[in-house]
Amino acid sequence: MKIFNYIMNNFIKMIVLIILVCIVTFTLAVNSPIDPIRQYVGSGVTLSVEQRESIEEYWGLNDTKLERFQKWAYNIMHGDFGESLIYRKSVMSVIKDKAMSSLFLMICTFIVSGAVGYLLGLIMGKYRDSILDKILKTICVTFSATPTFWVGILMLMIFSVKLNLFPIGFSIPIGKTMEDVNFYEKVYHAILPIITLTLVFIPNIALHTRSKTIDVLQSDFVLFATARGEKSIMINHVIKNTVIPAITIQFGSFSEIFGGSVLAENVFSYPGLGSTIVDAGLGGDIPLLLGITIIIAIFVFIGNFIADMLCMAMNPMVREENIIG
Amino acid sequence: MDRRKKSKLISIIIVAIIILVMLLGTLITEDMLSTNFKDKNQFPSFEHPFGTDWLGRDMFLRTVKGLRNSLVIGSLASLISSIIAIIVGGLAGTMPKWVDNIVRIIIDLVMGIPHLILIILISIFVGRGTKGILIGVALTHWVSLARIVRSEVLQVRNEQYIKISRRFGKSNWYIFKNHMIPVVLPQYIIGLVLMFPHAILHEASVTFLGFGLSPETAAIGIILSESMKYLISGMWHLAFFPGLVLVILVLLINKLGENLSLILNPHFTRE
Repeated sequence: MKIFNYIMNNFIKMIVLIILVCIVTFTLAVNSPIDPIRQYVGSGVTLSVEQRESIEEYWGLNDTKLERFQKWAYNIMHGDFGESLIYRKSVMSVIKDKAMSSLFLMICTFIVSGAVGYLLGLIMGKYRDSILDKILKTICVTFSATPTFWVGILMLMIFSVKLNLFPIGFSIPIGKTMEDVNFYEKVYHAILPIITLTLVFIPNIALHTRSKTIDVLQSDFVLFATARGEKSIMINHVIKNTVIPAITIQFGSFSEIFGGSVLAENVFSYPGLGSTIVDAGLGGDIPLLLGITIIIAIFVFIGNFIADMLCMAMNPMVREENIIG
Repeated sequence: MDRRKKSKLISIIIVAIIILVMLLGTLITEDMLSTNFKDKNQFPSFEHPFGTDWLGRDMFLRTVKGLRNSLVIGSLASLISSIIAIIVGGLAGTMPKWVDNIVRIIIDLVMGIPHLILIILISIFVGRGTKGILIGVALTHWVSLARIVRSEVLQVRNEQYIKISRRFGKSNWYIFKNHMIPVVLPQYIIGLVLMFPHAILHEASVTFLGFGLSPETAAIGIILSESMKYLISGMWHLAFFPGLVLVILVLLINKLGENLSLILNPHFTRE
């Protein structure tokens, strides 16, 4: 029963947070200096006062902010985020078009950086203070201080301009429409952004796993196991004790992977949610901006929820504590 | 030389470098960055260590000027952010339980939206430019420091010596000044210094995307986003050196944070 309560608590917390995100983003948008009618009509067109008033009346801009929020919230519950101003179609369909490319990018980054980072962390921890450890650690520290977009630019310079291995921009080859692109070409275009993001996100988990591994290797039970002549200490003790914190850390960086993908998608002109949100921001497209932000927040909260559940399922200590607590 | 002295020396050197960059950046005037088509698109040379751009401007001077702007914005933003952190963390640590719960929800909320996207949103909604980026960075970076301050305050509040001090009839202000501040202040300074590189990197990223500083100002983000247009023509130096200098600066500040924590943190000082 305690476990059930714990899950329910987490679930309710997630819902509350999603509602709060909606309220906060809406409040920010309503109070912004951007004039929605100007943005909708475009800057070249002049509006008479009567036309302006009729649009305001039609959109309900004269209602109080609370009434507008109620209407907006009601529509969102029904999956209607309004109409995007720069794409001239519904926000939901724009998001659907872009979400798959972004998710592909992020899931690949998530898995590759998690696996490689964890392994590097184990290696660094096991061979602590060796030359290998020192080199890897320096690389990790350097990459964690490097802006994502600069790594992307370096990748473009090396692999696209110098070596001519990958395309410079655009997700589809020139002269083809979106429908003609096959799976291979899509993956081909995603490789550089994935490498870039992976390089940026490896240090976090690798350095963390390194210090955890060192902690475990210095513990009394490992000393005892060594004294007993146990052979596979890494598998029996180190991995068992470091994999759960690693998963927590990796899921915790879920939100930052979204942020990173905004930068990577822009550098590589990759057509995902990240480049769309920048276009929406620069073009003053408030409905699209709000829509993408809320969708991303929902993804992040679901990610955190899954992480909590995974930790509970894998870690007997957390499980017990919940039963006691 | 013992470790403490070494840490002090390293910290002083890094602070000196940062002050030097800021001074140099302030000394660079607009006419030193004026266009000069005679020397345009030059690769790095003795005269122009970072080369020149398509308008013949010296990239080294532009980079230093940009770094100075980044440092000013980064330090202002992290200072504001750290003040938010100390207020929020202090409130959560000393006020009744429900304040703590509200603070926790706000922290979860700020963590839930990726920093970069939250900064973009805030910067759009308060009007772009320096003001937007300052407010955006300041409102997003206080979270981790607020957590540290909160747990420090909670821990200190229940210490024996504070209870004794209270029994001796010392006032709240006396306890705050003489017992709380000495414990929380080092954590605060270290947290502030470690927040600084994050603020600078986010400032550069948001400016790179076009939401931050205006295109006329010298900023690393602007320099790098402009350089994207000239990548295909092989002008690698436009992007390489400014980015490299930014990375070095961030690494230096991180190093400063590490050394300061060796000096200030009571757990490490007597090792």
